[in-house]
Amino acid sequence: MFPFSFEWIWDMGHVVFMGGLWYALTILGIGMSYCIIKAAMDACRGNDEHHH
Amino acid sequence: MDSALIPRGVKRCPFPQFILFIAIVGAVLLWGVYAMLLCWFKGLNQTNMNDFYGFALWIWADLAVIAVGGGAFFTGLLRYIFGKDDLKNIINYAVLIGFICYSSALLILAIDIGQPLRGWFIFWHANVHSMLTEVAFCLSCYFGVLTIEYIPLVLENRQINKVPFFHHLGHNMHEIMAVFAATGAFLSFFHQGSLGGVAGVLYGRPFAYREGLFIWPWTFFLFTWSAAACGPCFTILVTKITETVTRKKLVKDTAIQLLAKISGWMILTYSIAKTADTWYWATVTVPSLGQTLMDFYSNNPFYGIWILILEIAICGFIPAFILITKKGRKNSAALWIAVFLAVTGVCINRWVMVLQIMAIPVLTFENWVLYLPSWQEIATTILPLAYGVILIAISYRYLPVFPNEPELNPIETLPAEEEEAVEPSVELEQELKPAEA
Repeated sequence: MFPFSFEWIWDMGHVVFMGGLWYALTILGIGMSYCIIKAAMDACRGNDEHHH
Repeated sequence: MDSALIPRGVKRCPFPQFILFIAIVGAVLLWGVYAMLLCWFKGLNQTNMNDFYGFALWIWADLAVIAVGGGAFFTGLLRYIFGKDDLKNIINYAVLIGFICYSSALLILAIDIGQPLRGWFIFWHANVHSMLTEVAFCLSCYFGVLTIEYIPLVLENRQINKVPFFHHLGHNMHEIMAVFAATGAFLSFFHQGSLGGVAGVLYGRPFAYREGLFIWPWTFFLFTWSAAACGPCFTILVTKITETVTRKKLVKDTAIQLLAKISGWMILTYSIAKTADTWYWATVTVPSLGQTLMDFYSNNPFYGIWILILEIAICGFIPAFILITKKGRKNSAALWIAVFLAVTGVCINRWVMVLQIMAIPVLTFENWVLYLPSWQEIATTILPLAYGVILIAISYRYLPVFPNEPELNPIETLPAEEEEAVEPSVELEQELKPAEA
């Protein structure tokens, strides 16, 4: 549910619940985007400096 | 046949034997899938749920797998946030077990809601006054975290790791795993807690009702605490079972001992807190609601005071005392007993908080109502177990789940195998590349 949905009400419940969900999803999304973009760049550059 | 996919330095059973094993467990899985399809196509009349039991065996199974799956978040927290490096030898397996537990929990919920096509309603038409909405949010997000934690392990497969993009992706994910682990711990804390938080609004059921701090009943904290305490025991138990089945030592004792010790102290403190909560509930909360403790443990053929003693004393304090003593946790038999009792204890706790609640009469004209699940419920509850066994078997065979395995189980290579073993991989080629000036 987003603030532009017709069911949305600007109260503490909606802000805390939905805000928490977006917050978690944003961290996971940014984290994975960083990993994927950096991996693509490393692969294109042929960067082989790390082993694990 | 599949030797190119098997990690280097480890020995696996022949491929036909592996396929036979998967086929046998797969038959059980198919039985569960059949029951699941019956529930979806014919409806929830396939279960023995009724007006007394709106929650059934599934919800107990759901809460139980979420509790024992807590080993993943707690081990991740200890490894990545508190820097317990010894746990790096067991973290992969903890993540795999957590991934299985949480995907099973979501599968069970998908069956339980009856109409899985409307599963997304909980996100879009969220009831923000329900703790179960928060549970659904956190459960789904944490499953995402576990998937992210499991992906690098998949990417370490010998063949997948040869692809540069996947090799770098796995490395990058390892680098920022602490961020994902911290997010996972945050999500886990809230959804484990919110499952216990339900007791805070069950005013009409004195057996369940608990008071607490602000909007959080004490069970909110006890549920999180018990998952963090007993989850690692489940990780140790499954590791021990895997070692027995494979007849190999897979994890160094230092990792097991450290996890067992931390788990022991967590169980001890949890058991003390649980005893205090039960004492307050029995002497203050229950009398204030017009009932006595023994009202909940008498006049029925099954639930006696034994279940309370079994949960707190036998499956709480006994494993705690075994695990906090060096002698206890170093003794293999005692360790087996302790982790088994701890896992049983948390499962009994969830049973009591889901099913015993609904068995107890709450109105003067009601009687105790016991519950017997239908075969469809049993089959769909066994389904995640079969799925878990299959995923563990496949992961163990093709992924480097146990980093200590080659060291703990050195193999003597035959000449033909040696030839195959020196086949240059990207990793080896990189290692052998001369340093540039």
